[in-house]
Amino acid sequence: MKHTIAAMVENKPGVLAKISGLFSARAFNIMSLTVGETEVHDVSRMTIVVKGDDKILEQVVKHLNKLPDVIKVIDFKNEEFIERDLMLVKVNASKASRSEIIEIASIFRANILDVSADTITLELTGRETKLEGVIRLLRPYGIKEMVRAGVVAMSRGRK
Amino acid sequence: MKLSGSEIILKCLEREGVDTVFGIPGGSVIPLFDAIYDNKKIKLFLTRHEQGAAHMADGYARASGKTGVCIATSGPGATNLVTGLATALLDSIPMVAVTGQVASHLVGNDAFQEADTTGITRPVTKQNYLVTDVGDISKIFAQAFYLARSGRPGPVLIDVPSDIQKAECEYDAKPDASIRGYKPSMEGNPRQIKTALEALLASKKLLIYAGGGIISSGASKELAAFARKLNAPVTLTLMSIGGFPGTDGLFIGMPGMHGTQAANFAFQNCDMIFAVGARFDDRVTGKVSAFAPHAKIVHVDIDPTSISKNVTADIPVVGDCKSVLKQMLVLLSAKKKMPDYAPWLKQVTDVAKKKPLCYKDDEILRPQYVIDRFYQITKGQAMVVTEVGQHQMWAEQFYKFDKPRRFITSGGLGTMGYGLPGAIGAKRACPEMEVIDIAGDGSTQMNIQELATAKVYGIKVIVAILNNSYLGMVRQWQELFYKKRYSGVLLGSQSSKDKKYWPDFKLVGEAYGLKGMRIERKKDVDAAIKEALASKETVVMDFQVAKEENVFPIVPGGAAIDQIIDMS
Ligand SMILES: Cc1ncc(C[n+]2csc(CCOP(=O)(O)OP(=O)(O)O)c2C)c(N)n1
Ligand SMILES: [Mg+2]
Repeated sequence: MKHTIAAMVENKPGVLAKISGLFSARAFNIMSLTVGETEVHDVSRMTIVVKGDDKILEQVVKHLNKLPDVIKVIDFKNEEFIERDLMLVKVNASKASRSEIIEIASIFRANILDVSADTITLELTGRETKLEGVIRLLRPYGIKEMVRAGVVAMSRGRK
Repeated sequence: MKLSGSEIILKCLEREGVDTVFGIPGGSVIPLFDAIYDNKKIKLFLTRHEQGAAHMADGYARASGKTGVCIATSGPGATNLVTGLATALLDSIPMVAVTGQVASHLVGNDAFQEADTTGITRPVTKQNYLVTDVGDISKIFAQAFYLARSGRPGPVLIDVPSDIQKAECEYDAKPDASIRGYKPSMEGNPRQIKTALEALLASKKLLIYAGGGIISSGASKELAAFARKLNAPVTLTLMSIGGFPGTDGLFIGMPGMHGTQAANFAFQNCDMIFAVGARFDDRVTGKVSAFAPHAKIVHVDIDPTSISKNVTADIPVVGDCKSVLKQMLVLLSAKKKMPDYAPWLKQVTDVAKKKPLCYKDDEILRPQYVIDRFYQITKGQAMVVTEVGQHQMWAEQFYKFDKPRRFITSGGLGTMGYGLPGAIGAKRACPEMEVIDIAGDGSTQMNIQELATAKVYGIKVIVAILNNSYLGMVRQWQELFYKKRYSGVLLGSQSSKDKKYWPDFKLVGEAYGLKGMRIERKKDVDAAIKEALASKETVVMDFQVAKEENVFPIVPGGAAIDQIIDMS
């Protein structure tokens, strides 16, 4: 099972190491981890996707809460939430395939960032399932390079 | 008035009530040691190894309940603290370590004696800091002491670059120590406490299982009141020995690998475990799937990560042991009817009577006998610190403690080399106590240099080495589980003709200007112990005990705790 957790943390050196150390010391497997600034200047927000059963998730949340540098933890397990990942992908594009790729891009509302004689670079945001769907469609053309930013998440509604 | 960073550090230590620091100087902490030179309130103990300093600070903390402090230089000084920090972390001991760091402009340059101290110590501290501005020192120290002693206590390290020790600023006497991400839940949820108590009272076979949280929260009185009110059996982990009187009829000994038959029987047959400040360590539970098959579990702990970690709790209560027990006692006093645990208690104490802890009391000088004699002669009033190995288990089994903070041992990490410095730190904290280091010949050699510290500062401890010429605990495992293939455990001579042993601990004691003794016969034990007790100086006692004695009972690693091998 995949779980998404957000942690509000002190924005200072060493905090990322403390959090990643927490995971490695307990052999919890991180699938993705992102860090970014928030509406409060000295607070960063991490979004962590972990794989494991509910028991592992419970331990992860407890251990995060235990770190003095972690201000708040949101476990999205029982919440409605929005999650988005960002991907850049460079695909081989010959004269013949270019229009097909552009069509895929427009169906999935991907931005075309760069076009060269034999490649197209797309930017795509969306849920993981959407990104994975696009990857599947692009693979036959030959993916030269791909990078994903990692998931960010937020609860829906007023919360 | 402006003060230097070093002066501010000392102001902070004074503010926290620190009267003792243990440490060794070096290039990057000379400014701090320079400030200590003039200080009248804080006594510095120069140790012979930084590991010794860390364990002394730890022993000081365990004996007194206060926060222990040690200081080391950058690089090798800091790395030498690591074992001491890990020891304190696993046993939840409040400690603050201050390390020097290379000057700020050199940090990250592979400078002379530079190590990434905060990186290296991150997993062995509760929190650590690298100071980047002299103006932050006061606040960081306030936070460090608050973190070290509150919630689940633990070691905190502060790394201070040498230029910051010299930089000057105004001293902020009352910084805000609050940390927004850290608010330990002390009281516990009253509704949950009530639910927990109701569940406990609905049981027929209740076992009270208390751990180190009883000691760190100072809940011995409450625990005793609770157990007596309910008349239920009590088992204590290695970390809480003395947290409930060892001579009380309700006490059934320690559980687990080297636990008593009665305690393990109680776990396997109870219908309710009341765990307070204990963490279901693997040395206690044995094979988890076979552990306490009939029991529901109420688990009180200040650290939520300890609850439902190894064993799932039916009713968790996150809170301080003392405060939760107090609330339970209030609720109990309003109850008219108490459950009757007498039949269950009898069942358990019958096992204790039928299968007590014992040893062969024959002509041979046996290690258990030595501890038994220490217990009898000191009337159970000494403070016992241990090294790690067989002797540690025998000390737990054959010296009984009626008060908390009298049995001091590295339980979680099992650090050989803890005992001697731990004892020195404990004696500094409680100078009026007789402090006995029950030691092994292997462990003692891991920090033997601290005999010099004991000598120089006139700190008296009794180093009672139960010398079996072996890394005995490992030898026992090899005997029982590896067909007696003794691999790398013999400390004595490899030649069977040569009966000599090294070192000669009596001479070692004397070489440090202390009293050294060798005891080879059973009949000499009492006189030797009395002589050691009468001595004003540290005594090194080399008891030449039976070489291949085993600790019983023993539950093999990974087996269920009722798969007990006991003395035949
Ligand atoms: C620093 C360290 N290294 C290794 C061990 C593994 N170990 C546990 S007990 C033991 C033997 C201890 O020997 P000794 O101090 O002579 O005590 P005895 O068991 O003989 O009483 C060893 C090597 C340890 N606990 N700590
Ligand atoms: Mg030995």
